[in-house]
Amino acid sequence: MLKGIQNGATLYVVDPRRTTSAAWGDVWLGLNVGSDIALANTMAREIIHAGLHDMNFIGRGTTGFEAYRAAVEPYTLDVGSCATGVPADVIRDAAHRYARADRAMVCWTLGITEHHNAVDNVLALINLALLTGHVGRYGCGCNPLRGQNNVQGGGDMGALPNKLPGFQDVENDEQRTKYERAWGRDIIPTEGWNLTEMIDAMDRGALTALYVIGENPAQSDADVSHVTHLLEHLDHLVVQEIFLTKTAQLASVVLPSAATWAEGEGTVTNSERRVQRVRKAIQPPGEARDEIWIMSELARRLGYDWGHPTAEDVWNEVRALSPQLAGMTYARLEALGGIQWPCPDESHPGTKFLHARLWDDDPAKRGKLAAFSVVQHEGPVEQTDDAYPFVLTTGRRLESYNTGVQTGGYGSPLHRGETVDLSPEDASRLGVGPGDVLRVTSRRGSVEAPVHIDRGLRAGTVFMTLHFPDEVATNVLTINATDPRSGTAEFKACAVRLEPVRARRMPAGRRDERLAATGDD
Amino acid sequence: MDLHLRQSAPTDDERAAVDSLLGPPASAWDGGERGSMYDAHVAHGGREARERRHLLLPALEALQARVGWISETGLEYICARLEVPPADAWGVATFYALLSTTPRAPRVLHVCDDIACRSKGAANLIAELERTVGPAHGHGPDGNHVEVRPGDAVWMRSPCLGLCDRAPAAFLQHAGVSPDERSIGALSAAAAKSLLGGRSAPEQPGLTTDVPQRGDPSLVLLKRVGVVDPGDIAAYRSSGGFSALRRAIEIGADAVIREVIDSKLMGRGGAAFPTGKKWEAVAAQPARPHYLICNADESEPGTFKDRVLLDGDPFAVVEAMTIAGFATGCERGFLYIRGEYPLGVERMQRAIAAAREHGFLGDDILGRGVRFDIEIRRGAGAYICGEETAIFNSIEGYRGEPRNKPPFPAQAGLFGLPTVVNNVETLANIPQIVLDGGAAFARTGSGSSTGPKLYCVSGNVARPGVYELPFSAAPTLRSLIDLAGGVPSGRSIQAVLLGGAAGVFVGPNELDIPLTFEGARAAKVTLGSGVVLVFDDQVDMAAILVRIAAFFRDESCGQCVPCRVGTVRQEEALCRISSGRPLGGVAQEVALLDEVGLAMKDASICGLGQTAYAAIESAIHRVGVLKPAGYGSSNGGMRGRS
Repeated sequence: MLKGIQNGATLYVVDPRRTTSAAWGDVWLGLNVGSDIALANTMAREIIHAGLHDMNFIGRGTTGFEAYRAAVEPYTLDVGSCATGVPADVIRDAAHRYARADRAMVCWTLGITEHHNAVDNVLALINLALLTGHVGRYGCGCNPLRGQNNVQGGGDMGALPNKLPGFQDVENDEQRTKYERAWGRDIIPTEGWNLTEMIDAMDRGALTALYVIGENPAQSDADVSHVTHLLEHLDHLVVQEIFLTKTAQLASVVLPSAATWAEGEGTVTNSERRVQRVRKAIQPPGEARDEIWIMSELARRLGYDWGHPTAEDVWNEVRALSPQLAGMTYARLEALGGIQWPCPDESHPGTKFLHARLWDDDPAKRGKLAAFSVVQHEGPVEQTDDAYPFVLTTGRRLESYNTGVQTGGYGSPLHRGETVDLSPEDASRLGVGPGDVLRVTSRRGSVEAPVHIDRGLRAGTVFMTLHFPDEVATNVLTINATDPRSGTAEFKACAVRLEPVRARRMPAGRRDERLAATGDD
Repeated sequence: MDLHLRQSAPTDDERAAVDSLLGPPASAWDGGERGSMYDAHVAHGGREARERRHLLLPALEALQARVGWISETGLEYICARLEVPPADAWGVATFYALLSTTPRAPRVLHVCDDIACRSKGAANLIAELERTVGPAHGHGPDGNHVEVRPGDAVWMRSPCLGLCDRAPAAFLQHAGVSPDERSIGALSAAAAKSLLGGRSAPEQPGLTTDVPQRGDPSLVLLKRVGVVDPGDIAAYRSSGGFSALRRAIEIGADAVIREVIDSKLMGRGGAAFPTGKKWEAVAAQPARPHYLICNADESEPGTFKDRVLLDGDPFAVVEAMTIAGFATGCERGFLYIRGEYPLGVERMQRAIAAAREHGFLGDDILGRGVRFDIEIRRGAGAYICGEETAIFNSIEGYRGEPRNKPPFPAQAGLFGLPTVVNNVETLANIPQIVLDGGAAFARTGSGSSTGPKLYCVSGNVARPGVYELPFSAAPTLRSLIDLAGGVPSGRSIQAVLLGGAAGVFVGPNELDIPLTFEGARAAKVTLGSGVVLVFDDQVDMAAILVRIAAFFRDESCGQCVPCRVGTVRQEEALCRISSGRPLGGVAQEVALLDEVGLAMKDASICGLGQTAYAAIESAIHRVGVLKPAGYGSSNGGMRGRS
């Protein structure tokens, strides 16, 4: 993104906090937590009223425009400004700049998806792209930025409760039958559970054994005390990991695994659908084993001898069953430096823009048109009140990664441990300064953390991370209000109260003392 | 932008200094007060803020001028205003000798201890100051005063101040609400003590001393200096001013460039590149906008000709820049003037304002729809910023480190766009070329040596100053020294430095070298910036060589290894020789110097490192200053030829 800025792109940043990323932006829209749909719908209404929507594209590539137009009609600039806190003229400017841009892209991360209405949030943004025709063309589109190199690859390989490898539907008899024939086994013809559904299933005793690969639910999930309790009471917990995480420590069996990166062969898929090879460079340490080997051995001991297929053998099976990956031989991936799916045969160059078809002059080639979705603003599940007057929003810091399994052990001048970040105004109202310890309490639990004053926050909003769960288990506070369609909990919004516990206690000689005391995001 | 600020508030003075340049903050995100509902939900910045990066150096200078040093709170306020990370801004602030990042007294007397002033007794003067006033204030992060009171004054050693004709020289800075800056000539210890005691500086000596040929009707470049009031645009016009600009616009940009090509004018800054070719290359570039830079960062020790033009004929600089801008398709010109020239800055500011007021600058020059304007940028004590790509970085608000070439400035210069960089003296020739035609100009001289040339004669001569001689007069070193009155009676010439610290020493038997580009090249010397610095037999040449080495070590930007390390090793070896403790004898030290010198010449990014050994090498091998004590002498014996 910074490269784009260096090349002259204009950046609008929408975020409740004025983060360091926001400081790179030409304009920062500091909306209220959870008001993303109000902003998107207001922009949409403004675009339509200003006549800046692309009727040519809407006509040829979309469905449902009239219903959408009617749905966003109440979202006047005043209504939107009231819901988001962002001044009307700034929303108007953002709408006009987006609609008039020759090329414009909407990128997002977890600020959109870690809400109880995550899917609606995404749909609201897709609506904007459809409205303006910023779809299926170079430099346009919707771009969910991934936190890892292979989130897309997990989906490609069928690590979803409703899909088989290559996005074939489990509940589609024709598609499923193909896999059943290839594997010589029946596949349960109904959708499985996603993570949050599994937790519910554990809760009611329907799920009693769990096999976890490379995930740390004992620290990363919302309402984490409850999740840990459930994991502890499973009949059997297997964890396949490269680190002995908190979850692994609860396991009946730990299977030490080689890292995919540098210790194993295979492919990854990035967020532009580009499949790329990863190669083994070093031997995994100790008793760590290649993941394919682990699964093959597991299968053998369960009575199915698969032999020991190579990564390429597995990949070729995937290609044989999944039409959109069929043309990607290892040799071609090697030669072309990666290929973007769909790539149906070995003469196909890959597909740069998934939705370029929507622009096709030939209606037949357009295929299934893109549908506008009617979505409505509804704030966070938990609203502030006198007992819990602050909105807590959680997120990440540049120098740390998720629960800190991979980053906590490394020194960084930016590391300052977990803090509760406050606006200068709230700090002065509470009578606390940098390093003073606050108790943060939600309806689910309570943690203590030192104060960090962040000028990027406004009064009423506080920020914490999940990076240091051993010291401060932030997810004790968060609410397990989950979007039923995506299975993601509302990490971005819950109501808390803050109480000073004790004045600053600064360990002698701590190197990051000054930063911790006065630094600013 | 990863801005990690301490949030410590600037003092009122610091805020006022920065706001006087940048205007008051627009929002809480821009260094202003928090609290508005608008700021809680909106911030503007990004590119708009980053595009003001070029104001970093002026902002630092404003702080320095008002407060006397750049504190952490002041620096952070600038960083908040311009969205520059503090570490980055710190890197810029510490690059320049005139900016102090440690507390420094508001009143500072910079006393020149460079080679020209040394030939006129600066070493004795400094020794006396050390004895009677105290040690010099240090440069850099360990500057030696920590607590500063309002009335405090310190003195510091300075490299060449460009006042060589008035040696020994000094530069007085007094920080405050209305900062005072003065150039001081003919400094005595008593005068220095009086200045440090807070008494005001004596009036600037008259400009007549700068131009011994004043009033000579054959002068072209210097014809107005000391004759026409430099503050009066009407006087400039009635002496023929702005007629060249009018003519340039009449004949058109292409024709102007043709005349400049026909004139065979070579750049006068030292590199002697054909000016017409440079202009043609920039004019032909499709990328827009184009920029013009007038390089007035005259810092080569012994050089002061540009100062004389800036001080004495500022409107001519404005006119010449405007013609250059018009011809090469620039609408914006920068005059980058060294920080030690307060009078030049003041006179150029006035001249630019008056020219703007009278329609010689602005959006509709002479009512002909020509658009051009000039912005002054002050250097802050960095010799390297006179390098034509370092000057880009300095103006853009970065450390003044030279860039690799290619791309050349004509393709990608200031802000990455096609840029003409011309020296002041080069530009000063332009009006004449436009009025008389390139062919007539080319007839004044022969080959590539055409037109008039300025020489900066200083050191041990009777009448130091800037001398103008047409190349057609076939000047030689001897005729020029004679014109300046020769060395004082009873003395003899020990050596002459041609072209400045980056130039070449010649001996007393080489005075017939012709001072033309061709003649100099044939004699394996360089005219450089026109320096002719005469050392008589009383001068301690060993100390001069050590000073030259110290100059390059101090001024090396440190970006490339050969120069950063080589200049240090060179100074060390010369110090060992001059203190009589050579490692393994003088011959071995000279062999080391030769090797280090070759490495610097071959492998440095820019001219500074490439020429850092040139003068020293010539002093040793050409003039033989290490003889007759001879190589290998155990005491070094570098006492010159006496």
